[in-house]
Amino acid sequence: MSVANEFTKGLWKEIPPFRLVLGLCPTLAVTTAAENGMGMGLATTFVLVCSNLLISILRNVIPKKVRIAAYIVVIASFVVIVELVMQAYVYPLYNALGLFIPLIVVNCIILGRAEAFASKNSVLPSVADGLGMGLGYTLSLTFLGAVREIIGNGTLFGMSIMWNSYEPFALMVKAPGAFLCLGIILGLMNWIGAMQKKRG
Amino acid sequence: MSDFLLLFVSAAFVNNVVLVRYLGQCPFLGVSNRLDTAIGMGMAVVFVITLATAVTWNVQHFLLVPMNLEYLQTIAFILVIATLVQLVEMFLQKSVPGLYRALGIFLPLITTNCAVLGVAVLSVQNDYSFVETLVFAFSTSVGYGVALVLMTGIRERLATAPILTNLMGTPAALVTACMLALAFMGFAGMAQ
Repeated sequence: MSVANEFTKGLWKEIPPFRLVLGLCPTLAVTTAAENGMGMGLATTFVLVCSNLLISILRNVIPKKVRIAAYIVVIASFVVIVELVMQAYVYPLYNALGLFIPLIVVNCIILGRAEAFASKNSVLPSVADGLGMGLGYTLSLTFLGAVREIIGNGTLFGMSIMWNSYEPFALMVKAPGAFLCLGIILGLMNWIGAMQKKRG
Repeated sequence: MSDFLLLFVSAAFVNNVVLVRYLGQCPFLGVSNRLDTAIGMGMAVVFVITLATAVTWNVQHFLLVPMNLEYLQTIAFILVIATLVQLVEMFLQKSVPGLYRALGIFLPLITTNCAVLGVAVLSVQNDYSFVETLVFAFSTSVGYGVALVLMTGIRERLATAPILTNLMGTPAALVTACMLALAFMGFAGMAQ
């Protein structure tokens, strides 16, 4: 498969978390606002690309028996870097994302891609795969965050966009709203997939 | 004693780890298909979270803080958890085969469960003492088990219900989780 193909599959056909149903914890937790979703997506993309790169370079050196532990060490190191950089340069975002930044290390997407792809493919496809999946993840988080923020708060990226007498549906920015939005979006993705299959 | 009871109720129900804190979602949606697997997973989660949090608390207070290495918390904790689960699995396989047959297959799955790392980091952030940490970890995982079993019971019924084809499976499970989370919101304000 060409490198470009590896990149684009993460943007639609195999977009996490809408198609691959991976990495759900941050998806539900940080998407209370579009900005938070985008920040989390970009942080995860950075870790995903770097860990895919390093694991792909080292794929013939890491013994099979300790590979999960080795992947975790690699991923955890990049997560610590991201944590410290965010704490230094984007402190409000760091506070908003809180507990979920260190939890990037157990994000099933990163470990899943390392196991399924980076450990078996060379460097450039792995980086493309990581970049595609990461950007797809960022897009889905931003989208879900935008939906929840518009309906639940009347704002988008902090700017109020609904009409003045709009009473925000506050449930959307809380836990039940997260599950509901994600469930409906997944249902819509299934429907779109079924439509595409019927046409093609 | 009443402090611990309050801690138990608030950790298990008011701030339920999966329905309020959003931790441990992937196994929550993945393993909640059959009641016996759900119960097995629930027990394994209680076991791993309590044990792992006990160890990570000690690592934080006797290793990371004295050596000024708090920024390495993420790496240290996840390595401890991964190693611990591996050791526990080997130990159970050799010495308590009955328990291994009941919980064994879930143990590797729990390593990447964000609930384990999440609870470990939370008990350090909330500055609990060792006993408070144990109670917190135990109650959180019991809350996880309760939510998991509730979810499984509903999903088993849903499997034979007439719902739209595109909503079958995970979307229906998520909408169910929405209802469960709504119900658990009723606990808010109880722990005052």
